[in-house]
Amino acid sequence: MLEIKDLHASVEGKEILKGLNLNVKAGEIHAIMGPNGAGKSTLANIVAGKEEYEVNEGKILLNGEDIEELAAEERAHKGIFLSFQYPVEIPGVTVTNFMKTAINETRKAQGLEEMPAKDMLKKIREKSELLEIDRKFLSRSLNEGFSGGEKKRNEIFQMAMMEPKLAILDETDSGLDIDALRIVANGVNKLKNENNAIVVITHYQRLLEYIVPDYVHVLYDGKIVKSGTKELALELEEKGYDWIKEEINA
Amino acid sequence: MELKDKLVSSFLAFENTVDVDAPVHDIRSQAIKVFEEIGFPTKKQEAWKYTSLNAILKHDYSIFPDEENALEFKDIKKYFIHDLDTYKIVFIDGKYSSHLSETTHDKIDVCLMSSALSHDKYKAVIDNYFNKIAKQDGLTSLNTAFSREGAYIYISKNKLADKPIQIIHFSTGKESAQMLQPRNLIVVGENSHVQIIERHQSLTENPVLTNSVTEIFADKRAIVDYYKIQNDNQNASLIDNTFIDQEAQSVASVHTFAFGGNITRNNLNFYQKGEGIDSILNGVTIIEGKQHVDHNTLVHHTAPNCESHQDYKGIFDEKATGVFNGKIIVNKEAQKTNAFQSNNNILLSDKATINSKPQLEIFADDVKCSHGCTIGQLDDNALFYMKSRGIGEKEAKALLMYAFANNVLASVKIPQLKSRINKLIATKLGVNIGFDL
Repeated sequence: MLEIKDLHASVEGKEILKGLNLNVKAGEIHAIMGPNGAGKSTLANIVAGKEEYEVNEGKILLNGEDIEELAAEERAHKGIFLSFQYPVEIPGVTVTNFMKTAINETRKAQGLEEMPAKDMLKKIREKSELLEIDRKFLSRSLNEGFSGGEKKRNEIFQMAMMEPKLAILDETDSGLDIDALRIVANGVNKLKNENNAIVVITHYQRLLEYIVPDYVHVLYDGKIVKSGTKELALELEEKGYDWIKEEINA
Repeated sequence: MELKDKLVSSFLAFENTVDVDAPVHDIRSQAIKVFEEIGFPTKKQEAWKYTSLNAILKHDYSIFPDEENALEFKDIKKYFIHDLDTYKIVFIDGKYSSHLSETTHDKIDVCLMSSALSHDKYKAVIDNYFNKIAKQDGLTSLNTAFSREGAYIYISKNKLADKPIQIIHFSTGKESAQMLQPRNLIVVGENSHVQIIERHQSLTENPVLTNSVTEIFADKRAIVDYYKIQNDNQNASLIDNTFIDQEAQSVASVHTFAFGGNITRNNLNFYQKGEGIDSILNGVTIIEGKQHVDHNTLVHHTAPNCESHQDYKGIFDEKATGVFNGKIIVNKEAQKTNAFQSNNNILLSDKATINSKPQLEIFADDVKCSHGCTIGQLDDNALFYMKSRGIGEKEAKALLMYAFANNVLASVKIPQLKSRINKLIATKLGVNIGFDL
């Protein structure tokens, strides 16, 4: 599904990713962990198509297709979804209307008709129930005045609505209390199937107790320096990142 | 001949068309003298530093519309809020169109300035209110000198105007260049309420210059909501001079939606005359090309315990230029005043300009006054957020602009009008976002 080959990328002339390789297949969940400043959010933003980043070397392939030249919205149309670490507030645009626009713009790009209003409402109802979101919440302005937890839950609601092939969850666990974490993780697990893939970016092992990864990667100084299974996450939780740094520097 | 000289010398001809024995004619004669002395404003005056009228004063405007020009409703329907039942006062090239209008004398008077000036029935109102708060500057005096036609609205006390009133000025462009000087008088009695929508619309590419004066009186506890739609074509310029007198506990709001035109200058003046008054001045400006919009506001607090709220948002693309000059005066007696002003702007192009200047003159010591001004670009993170949800660049920008202007749009009290303004913005931005915001 997603193949990243020897990716070097920089922002404002500063190199952040320094030869990153990652291979995510359909049906898999990958976790990317690492200390602050390792390049985790950069990776998420680059895959989703944020323009400030410059790819200097390497390739990002989605189902074999090089997506470097595609704008963020075109990547979304091809099934990439990024759950933001800091979702943006959009006053005056309700959650419902935002989702209608997002889904219909995507359908238009895929050569499909607009989704009939009845189907849209049904889908909104189903997905909001999945995330245990109150109906009133959907007619509020997008993210405006939402608590940290509400914002993250709303991100996963959007993911549920968009049904992406590849979802990248950037620090989705930050700002969530344990109940909200459970709801969000439960939502993600129900959305997971053999045709899609999820990349979870996190500092902590906590979220991975609920969203169990097939692979865990450690991102350090712009590269994946260690890969393993879910046990690696536990080891990191216990020992911190210093032993990784020592291993690399040795 | 210079426009000023042409106007002054035309006054004699104008006198042949009006009743020179009416008391109001003394006011006109005085006013033409003031105009002759002061003339048009120039950039040397502080209040006109960023707005030059030179280019638009060069045209050879016809000053009096002689011909009656007719328009078919179906051709101009789109300029009305037609899905809303309203009274209508419609002018074509400065002349009243009874065919397109819907006036009343039933419980309230919604009619014409020309009849109000000539019928005894209205004499007391004219004597009490006409030209009582209009400034004696060059432009307003010019309008006063040639005042003959416009909207006249009189609502006595304890009355609710049963539906909104639309005032629309069309220019057909049958003349090669036309100057229009509508004069409106709106008097709203104690505890009464009215909603008014005003629009100027040119129908061809021939130059039009409108120098409009509106006087509004809101008596005790009256509520006045005034909406100005300024979405004219590239060759139409508008100088709008609006003066509002508010008595105790009245609430008056003016929303100005400036979406187009050549040069648009809004001189909006609020005079508070009693306690417990609220004045609301809201504006959304979205312009591009070489369009120019200048908001010059004044709120004068003269009594204790009053409020004023100003919120102006501007979005400027290409080589568009904007000006916001907001003056607040708080007299020594006006203790416990709350006066707020904010002016936020987005520049979409390197060549667009905004000049924003707050002017606070505060003589009372126990007041809350604040002003804030921002100038920025669309937030890249917000744009990326929308795009990452599959929303195209143009639509994403449009949604962000809506979001930016949202609190002003949200304060429009007439749903059909709000919906129309949303559509005007969508059309202007060339997007179809598929729902009403």
